[in-house]
Amino acid sequence: MSEHTIVSLPDQATARIPKDNYITRENGLLSWLLTSDHKRIAILYLISITFFFFIGGALAGLIRLELLTPQADLMATDTYNKVFTMHGVIMIFFFLVPSVPATLGNFFIPMMIGAKDLALPKINLLSWYLYMTGGLLALYTMTVGGVDTGWTFTTPLSTHYVNTNVLTTGLAVFVAGFSSILTGLNFIVTIHKMRAPGLTWFRLPLFIWANYAASILMVLGTPVLAIAIVLVALERTLGIGVFDPTKGGDPLLFQHLFWFYSHPAVYIMILPGMGVISEVISNFSRKRVFGYTAVAFSSVAIAVFGFFVWAHHMFIMGISNYAVLVFSLLSMLVAVPSAIKIFNWSLTLYKGSITFETPMLYAFGFIGLFTIGGMTGVFLGTSGTDIHLTETYFIVAHFHFVMVGGMLMAFLAGIHFWWPKMTGRMYPEKISQLAAVVTFIGFNLTFFPQFILGMLGMPRRYAAYPPEFQILNVFSTAGATILGVGYLLPVLYLIWSLRYGAIAGDNPWQATGLEWQSQSPPLTENFAEIPVMDHEAYDYEWLEKQQKEKGVASAE
Amino acid sequence: MSEHNEHAQHIVGPGVYLVILFALLIGTALTVWASFLELGFWNPIIALAIATTKAVLVVLFFMHVKYSSKLTKLTVISGIFMFLVLISMTLTDYISRAWGSW
Amino acid sequence: MPNSSVHTAESAHEEHPAYLRHHFNSTEQQADAAGFAMWLFLLTEVMFFSGLFTAYLIYRNWYYPAFVSGSHQLNVVWGTTNTVVLIFSSFTMAMGVWCAETRRRRGLVLSLTLTFILGLGFLGIKTIEYREKIEKHHVPGFHYSMQSFLDPQSDPEVYAEYHDKPLVPDMARHTELYFSLYFLMTGMHALHMIIGIGILGFMILRARAGAYTAGHVTFVENIGLYWHFVDIIWIYLFALLYLISRHQ
Repeated sequence: MSEHTIVSLPDQATARIPKDNYITRENGLLSWLLTSDHKRIAILYLISITFFFFIGGALAGLIRLELLTPQADLMATDTYNKVFTMHGVIMIFFFLVPSVPATLGNFFIPMMIGAKDLALPKINLLSWYLYMTGGLLALYTMTVGGVDTGWTFTTPLSTHYVNTNVLTTGLAVFVAGFSSILTGLNFIVTIHKMRAPGLTWFRLPLFIWANYAASILMVLGTPVLAIAIVLVALERTLGIGVFDPTKGGDPLLFQHLFWFYSHPAVYIMILPGMGVISEVISNFSRKRVFGYTAVAFSSVAIAVFGFFVWAHHMFIMGISNYAVLVFSLLSMLVAVPSAIKIFNWSLTLYKGSITFETPMLYAFGFIGLFTIGGMTGVFLGTSGTDIHLTETYFIVAHFHFVMVGGMLMAFLAGIHFWWPKMTGRMYPEKISQLAAVVTFIGFNLTFFPQFILGMLGMPRRYAAYPPEFQILNVFSTAGATILGVGYLLPVLYLIWSLRYGAIAGDNPWQATGLEWQSQSPPLTENFAEIPVMDHEAYDYEWLEKQQKEKGVASAE
Repeated sequence: MSEHNEHAQHIVGPGVYLVILFALLIGTALTVWASFLELGFWNPIIALAIATTKAVLVVLFFMHVKYSSKLTKLTVISGIFMFLVLISMTLTDYISRAWGSW
Repeated sequence: MPNSSVHTAESAHEEHPAYLRHHFNSTEQQADAAGFAMWLFLLTEVMFFSGLFTAYLIYRNWYYPAFVSGSHQLNVVWGTTNTVVLIFSSFTMAMGVWCAETRRRRGLVLSLTLTFILGLGFLGIKTIEYREKIEKHHVPGFHYSMQSFLDPQSDPEVYAEYHDKPLVPDMARHTELYFSLYFLMTGMHALHMIIGIGILGFMILRARAGAYTAGHVTFVENIGLYWHFVDIIWIYLFALLYLISRHQ
């Protein structure tokens, strides 16, 4: 790695963490559990989603362990079904959906727009409690036998043919859904109504645009999931017949309602990550994001088009050929805005002053892996090829490339990028760069073979498989072990950095966002004085001028 | 920097509300009467048209949307739009199932 | 201070009243944000109900004769009365908002109380209707009976009005789906009514203490929005469930 870095830290001999900040302002467990400070709520979320991530990760480890051998020998097939179901439920609803919005979004959206808090602070806290309730319900479900329908709760399997805990899991997801709705609602109101003077829409950081688009999806999509779950619950308990073919119902109706949310849900998951990448790419190439307006609009376009394509998850389920045609065509459209972002990030890098700090490494990983994941999504959106690839490991590889290679890397990029602001301390650079590389290698070894497995015909959600697929599965499991190390390292060194990390100062990255104008960690009220926005986003010249005025040594 | 809050500045009075009340009552009578007529496939269309007219009156006047900001109007429209997207695009499947295989 | 306008002593107090939260710059901003938040919440409610409306449209299309027969079991007089009751309650709610805006405390209390009573009236009528359904074994589940549809003459009241033809057993079975949707949609609506009436009760007590007639009308306005929304849902439920086809 290059020794060249843009990091600019204060003199470590004399620097101190500011005495008054959002962490030290009040003490005691209750001051955290009853807080209305968006930054404290963000930290509460950060701790809880990390916890759920490792539960989901442990379940993934069990899956990969089972798949080392062609036989279902580690666990019974029923147990395997429960393991992959809970892996999906926990990772999607309790990690990916809240990951960036509830942690980085909660912490930084008010700061980036120069506000003192979100519009509805108490609703924000309620969001976290709903999230925890749902999460604890999900954990409880695991202790009483779990559920084995897959995270997609497909009917009539989930309504008529299993006697596992569909209701409690459904309830957990239902409650978590309201957490998500309230977060999204809060963000939309805040971004519309609480921007600092001079901060017009097109001066907003692209992180805000991305979270705004994701919030629209949360608000409009999640309620449909809620009603789908209610209907499944009523079908299971009262047999109302709405999904029961023997009573004239249509099981596909559930899938329409379920995927009407769950497809936009994938954009809820990825858009905030894309927002992070915009910030990181810009900062570590010292260049404004190329085509700001296009990137901003592409976030909204992804959100809008994302609502029109859900039935591409149902091509083989029995919908009409005409519906297949319509949804396949529309799915081609939705790839375009994502591609626009990739092009614009690449053009931001072009002729930029690139450095390779950890957030940037994760961002590079994102661009490569998300591109692969996204392109394979086009193969799946094309109904002809989807018929062969759906329900195989190709799908598993596709969504793990976008969600893990994409979203999780973006999340880690964001955590590292904003860690100094949230904690006042820098993480250790060398080991974190190592962890990023280890993660990248582990990820590719885990999931690339799965594309091949899928094309060769290995079905998903099976504990046993034909022996000829074993070697690729072994590679995949080996990769998963490496990946696990890559994810464990950040937990360790980030916690280490809380005590021993270098003091970061206000703006170690020489970044242009408003959030970097505050102290690290910030005051409870964010800013001593609300800043006025008189420059465009990513204005590095403005930053240089400002630093010259302050007499601070600039990067280089 | 003054906040332009329209519903604080425009208070809708009882006169408007009374007019809308009567319109809604007439609409109700109309829709019940129409349902007793034999109009074939027009029955549900008329029922929904009258219901929509009543809903629009409630939204515009009782809920003050007529006097609200562009943002509020946009919010209402996007809600209606999403509602229609769910229904109409789901129906593309159900309507075309009987059409067979090309 | 971002605000550069000149304050009089009175307007200074107006600008920082007790109910202004610290993260807002002004009461206008706060009221604006609260109203917008309520509209977004109503959007989530629209999408929540939209799943039910989708199910209803599909199954009505598939099982039209069953839905017609099922709808004949609903009493148009009760349904219309309930619609009228809700429309009046929306009127009284809107009047309540006007009273709050024009600082008429007694008018506000009266309007909210009338809305409350009308809401209870709606629920009372719904109880009567539901009880009738239970007595006639038209509640989906173990005790559901298709008898009224296989042999319409066994139900003289309804037969006298509509002279329905008997349904074949296959189609008669789907009346259970009609009633599932009926109970689901009106039940979900009634749940929202109950929540609204509960909040109204709380509001009446606060209104009597003058909480909403001193300039802080946001809560009344927003609950008004919620109430009107619930009314709109009923307007569509009435048209779709009760008025399928009343001519026979």
